[in-house]
Amino acid sequence: MIGFIVSLAYLIATVLYIFALHWMNDPKTARHSVFAGVAAMLLAVAATWIEPNVVHHLWIILGMVAAIAVGVPLSRVPLTAVPQRTALSHAFGGAAAGLVGAAYYYLWWSKTPEYLTTFRTTALITENILGFLTLSGSLMAAGKLQELKWIPQRPLTYRGQNVINIGLLVAAAVIGIWVILHPTTLLAAKLFPVVIGLALLFGVLLIVPIGGADMPTVIAILNSYAGLSAAALGFVVDNKLLVTAGALDGSSGFILAIIMCRAMNRSFANVLFGAFGQVQQTKQLEPGKVYKPETIEGAAQVLEQANLVVIIPGYGMAVAQAQHKVRDLYDQLKKRGITVKFAIHPVAGRMPGHMNVLLAEADIPYTDLVESSEINPDLPQCDVALVVGANDVVNPAARYDRTSPIYGMPIVEADKAKTIYAIKRSTRPGFAGIDNELYFSDRTWMLFGDAKAVIGDLVKQLSDSGGIH
Amino acid sequence: MRRRATSLGLALLGWTFLWAALASAQGTGEAPGGTPPSDYWSMVFVFVLATFIGLGVIRRVSRLLHTPLMSLTNAISAIAVIESISITGSDYPTVIRLLGVVAVFASMANIVSGFLITDRMVRMFKTTRQGDSQ
Repeated sequence: MIGFIVSLAYLIATVLYIFALHWMNDPKTARHSVFAGVAAMLLAVAATWIEPNVVHHLWIILGMVAAIAVGVPLSRVPLTAVPQRTALSHAFGGAAAGLVGAAYYYLWWSKTPEYLTTFRTTALITENILGFLTLSGSLMAAGKLQELKWIPQRPLTYRGQNVINIGLLVAAAVIGIWVILHPTTLLAAKLFPVVIGLALLFGVLLIVPIGGADMPTVIAILNSYAGLSAAALGFVVDNKLLVTAGALDGSSGFILAIIMCRAMNRSFANVLFGAFGQVQQTKQLEPGKVYKPETIEGAAQVLEQANLVVIIPGYGMAVAQAQHKVRDLYDQLKKRGITVKFAIHPVAGRMPGHMNVLLAEADIPYTDLVESSEINPDLPQCDVALVVGANDVVNPAARYDRTSPIYGMPIVEADKAKTIYAIKRSTRPGFAGIDNELYFSDRTWMLFGDAKAVIGDLVKQLSDSGGIH
Repeated sequence: MRRRATSLGLALLGWTFLWAALASAQGTGEAPGGTPPSDYWSMVFVFVLATFIGLGVIRRVSRLLHTPLMSLTNAISAIAVIESISITGSDYPTVIRLLGVVAVFASMANIVSGFLITDRMVRMFKTTRQGDSQ
């Protein structure tokens, strides 16, 4: 009877998960997703807990209380820190799947070696490699995003890097295959942790050469791995709910990674092994080119006369925490009957959808957040394009400069606007170390300073002159 | 676009065949020594079908919601919690149960923070401003 209830609960949970993902197709129904997900999870946990083999409860409760104590603060982080939080939770997910797999291996090895069939051991090894490389890789990614001092921020590359990385993975796979062929031997039990160790090391080395601009893709790939390791755990323990949930998560991460790669016109392999930041032998701009600075007053005047203003946010907006000031600017312009749209590039920020969440937090209606490919046709009619902390995603070199590392990347075509204002902290080039020709165009004017301060000044200027009209 | 879809399909097909080959090598017959009979084929079917459902559903997810989508799928894939509960609560050696309790902590932390932050984020997406209606 309990077996029937448990199976039924798992089946309902599976259906709820699919609905949870389905409801994410529209912001209007997105909250249903959360309810469906929570309901599914409660059902699954309750059903497992009533199973007759669960006889000790204290440890489970302790683990859950500790998890709530950590999980609740983790859910209250500022939205600019969401990429770190996401990376950290991928690490947790990989760790959980990996630890359960290891526990089962040793349990069966010592008690019931006949359970260690080829199929199970293969799934176990796959699951452990995926789980533990996700653990260490995501921790590294989270550290980089949090800008911890002892983790190198810049992509770190050295000679033979890819050979070493792939060698490590091959070594882990070879040892893993040996364990699969002789799963019940004493040596296998000793080699099992070696596989885990190699996977952990591989995860770290995989992230070391990754720069900030590639983080959205890498986070999506790690998301996919965490899901696949959960699915592989399902194969190990014969649990179809795990297989389904893991497969859904795996395909989600996979699709996001594809979208990110397409938005940068690069392949998976190129992101993981290409070391984006390394390609710095791009031609410098001719020394004759100079920035044309503009005053706040001048910019405010031009903004007031505009019909269509397109704001292009980037990671700089998140760093400066400028999204609320951007909202004030949006209000000031809207009050004058000016159409204001936001051009969102898929890889702007440090994770997929990062800019949308920040702007939604600042209470900007999501109907004004437009994806770059959709807004590009409107940019030639745009009176002012305001670049807030974006750089590579507006670099026109992506269209024509074959030597540029970002050549071929679809961009926000800000350079086609009638007037371009770019807010920039300093005259240094952007993250990828590439000079941006947009800043030297005839129609581009620079507003130097911290994004939050500059936009704050613009808002002040506009609200002061607001009474004259 | 079409080429990518084709290569994606081929990759999935290869992945399917890998598991199918393993499943057939294993057979679906009774395993020795009282091992619970495990129907590998049906697991492979479930995995492949779930992957395709996932690809179909996720492709339609609004681009505005990619960040909440990621935290939601994170919480969902923390379903490993059920196996963690199972090994922590069973009458297994202490070492095994210790591994289990760490896994309970890790996956439960994901569930709690994942759902809470997803809810926090999706509530922010509005078509009208709070002030507009007043």
